[in-house]
Amino acid sequence: MKKLIIALLLSFMTSGAYAGSHSPCGPTEGSINILANEFNTYRIFMDEVKSCAGSDVDFSVTHSVDHNKLQVAALSANPSEFSAKLVTNGSITPLMNDGLLRPLDDLVAKYGANLNDNQKITIDGKIYAVAFMANAQHLWYRESILNELGIAVPSTYEEVIAAAQKIKDSGKMANPYGGAFKSGWNLGQEFVNMYLGHGGEFFKSGSAQPNVNNAKGVAALNVIKSLTELSNPDFLTQDTNAVKEEWESGNLALMHVWNSGASSLLDDEGDQAVRADTRLAPSPSVGGGSMPATTLWWDGIAIATNTSAENAEASFRALVGAASSAELANNYADATVWLIKDYKGGNTAGPVVDAASRGASPYPSFPHMSLMHGALSTELVEFLQGNESAEKALADVEAAYIAKATEQGFL
Amino acid sequence: MPHKTFFWFFFPTGLAMILFIGLPIVSSFFQSLHIENQQILMEVENCDPFGCTTNVRVDVEATEKLKEENPLGRFNGFGTYTDRNHLAFDEIKEAWNTSSSTSEFKDIVLNLPFYKAVLFTLTFCFAVTPPVIILGFIVALSINTLVKSLKGLAIFGAILPMIVTPLIGSLVLFWMIDSQGIIGATIKILFGDPNLSLKSSSTLTWITLIIYGIWHNTPFAFIVFYAALQTVPQDPIEAALIDGASRFQRVRFIVIPHLYPVATFIMLICLMDNFRVFEPIIGFSAEGVAQSLSWMIYQDLRNENKMLFGSAGATSMLTIIGIAILLTPVLLRTWKEFRTER
Repeated sequence: MKKLIIALLLSFMTSGAYAGSHSPCGPTEGSINILANEFNTYRIFMDEVKSCAGSDVDFSVTHSVDHNKLQVAALSANPSEFSAKLVTNGSITPLMNDGLLRPLDDLVAKYGANLNDNQKITIDGKIYAVAFMANAQHLWYRESILNELGIAVPSTYEEVIAAAQKIKDSGKMANPYGGAFKSGWNLGQEFVNMYLGHGGEFFKSGSAQPNVNNAKGVAALNVIKSLTELSNPDFLTQDTNAVKEEWESGNLALMHVWNSGASSLLDDEGDQAVRADTRLAPSPSVGGGSMPATTLWWDGIAIATNTSAENAEASFRALVGAASSAELANNYADATVWLIKDYKGGNTAGPVVDAASRGASPYPSFPHMSLMHGALSTELVEFLQGNESAEKALADVEAAYIAKATEQGFL
Repeated sequence: MPHKTFFWFFFPTGLAMILFIGLPIVSSFFQSLHIENQQILMEVENCDPFGCTTNVRVDVEATEKLKEENPLGRFNGFGTYTDRNHLAFDEIKEAWNTSSSTSEFKDIVLNLPFYKAVLFTLTFCFAVTPPVIILGFIVALSINTLVKSLKGLAIFGAILPMIVTPLIGSLVLFWMIDSQGIIGATIKILFGDPNLSLKSSSTLTWITLIIYGIWHNTPFAFIVFYAALQTVPQDPIEAALIDGASRFQRVRFIVIPHLYPVATFIMLICLMDNFRVFEPIIGFSAEGVAQSLSWMIYQDLRNENKMLFGSAGATSMLTIIGIAILLTPVLLRTWKEFRTER
């Protein structure tokens, strides 16, 4: 008991001493409460934000893979549930639709001297977010397995399918391909990649009318189907994190997941033999096209409209401190592609840079894109299970989208 | 009980029910008649690390103004109820006119989200409820005959599935049936099929969900039956024993008739609970192949970036109507019994 009291006293003393120290990025009042997605690079970023915030302010962060389902409701409340949100070019649109993000021009002018110009996300002339990293899905492969079977690194999806088939036939692995096909957002994203890779457009030009039920959509679905046939039979329940686990268990030889996965796939945990054999490759193109079938993403910081000026300023200072920390970027050079000034570049940035230079499209930022993504998330499952034709599945996607878009007032 | 005493006895409960159940239902109903205001779009120039593009965005100010004028949204009558994601009248009419056979018509209808969900919900209800009643009864009978010292432990073990939170229970089972989990791997070996996966086939997923439902609901039936078994009069049982009735005959002719009203009660509650099946679908990540009405409401409120209140309200109303229809026969029967007993 005595020991416990001493321990408690000691801990109070240390935290007291800590609170007295100078906080590196300067916010001294207000509280910071951030909502963010859950993956390793964000954790690294948040550690920096936290040390930046220092201990004079309340700091809390909620990491959740469901962040984009929570964000609109959480930021609509007044005062908002969170003072800041880590957004991407995908998740920013629903927030912009409802005017839930605060223009940042004044704060950038005050605290953003160390930002690159391309970090400033401007919409209609105002800065609404500050990007700190770029991300894209691309190919990963096991070098020894490809070498052993004499397979060249695939550069098109047709070659990926042939390679995976060859590995399967060799009996080395039962299900050599991995992709995040979990029904829901992930599955929708796989279609978005493949459809854009085929040169598809999601909406009829200049309107919110859907436009996926066409030859390009069918071709995209057929490629996805061929890939799932070479994947773990449980593919409909596997999200990115589950696929990464499969990879680390040595069950996969080829996979198409996020570049930011490098920070957990190439760390010291897990089977080091697999890690040493893991290689990154550009995202393949598909259907004879030249651009890779993937989408470009930026991840950035944004501040809620419905939060007090004090909290907004504190949150921005802490976040922008991390988003302009060359130290962070260079200490974790391989964690992702940082957009931060004076970032020297890591060993894993190649595939993202490659995707951008080969003309991959950024994730579409139409205000009604999230409804389309939602419809894709649920209506493609039956096709992948072989219960429905590709045309029927795409017709269902369009019908489901129209019903929802009508209710939301887009049609 | 005199009516007045009953009124004052029931009043607090009744008030709470009106406030916390009645009014929310009315409010959901009103919401279900409305859809969002028109979104006003405008073209803007966006710049990000990948370059500048011309894009459309929602004109927040103009849309906000519309919202202030019509906070509930646009009145849509029963439009949401009849749209494709709910009762889908137009689609059904078209299917009726274009399909050449009943099976084709059936396929088209069961492909519509609402009917797909109704099919699963009803299948789940009717596949789970009877086994729950039978199993619950058998478990109650067995535990009732145990020696006293073992009873407590056995009862605790038997109600454990009900104590475990549905989401946790289903997640545990979900990992066990994984193709590398203990059950999944065993089944693979038993059937000699390395590609067999309980999670990938719709039929097997439905069966898994139903088995989970039975596992989870049986304790409820058991505990009610067990309590009722304590009220079975001993005299007729002893008389039957003297007459040389077997154990089966005693159960069949004395215990079961005595427990009959209790079984009706259990059926009522089970049907009602199972019609709202939801947690196992999330726990088993079965959204892809098994959707229930409750899951549709969740999908509208949670899986969209923006909540579709109208759609969720409409599904809620239809669920309430569904439960009412489902329970009518049982309620009528109870009412009749009540009348005859008088």
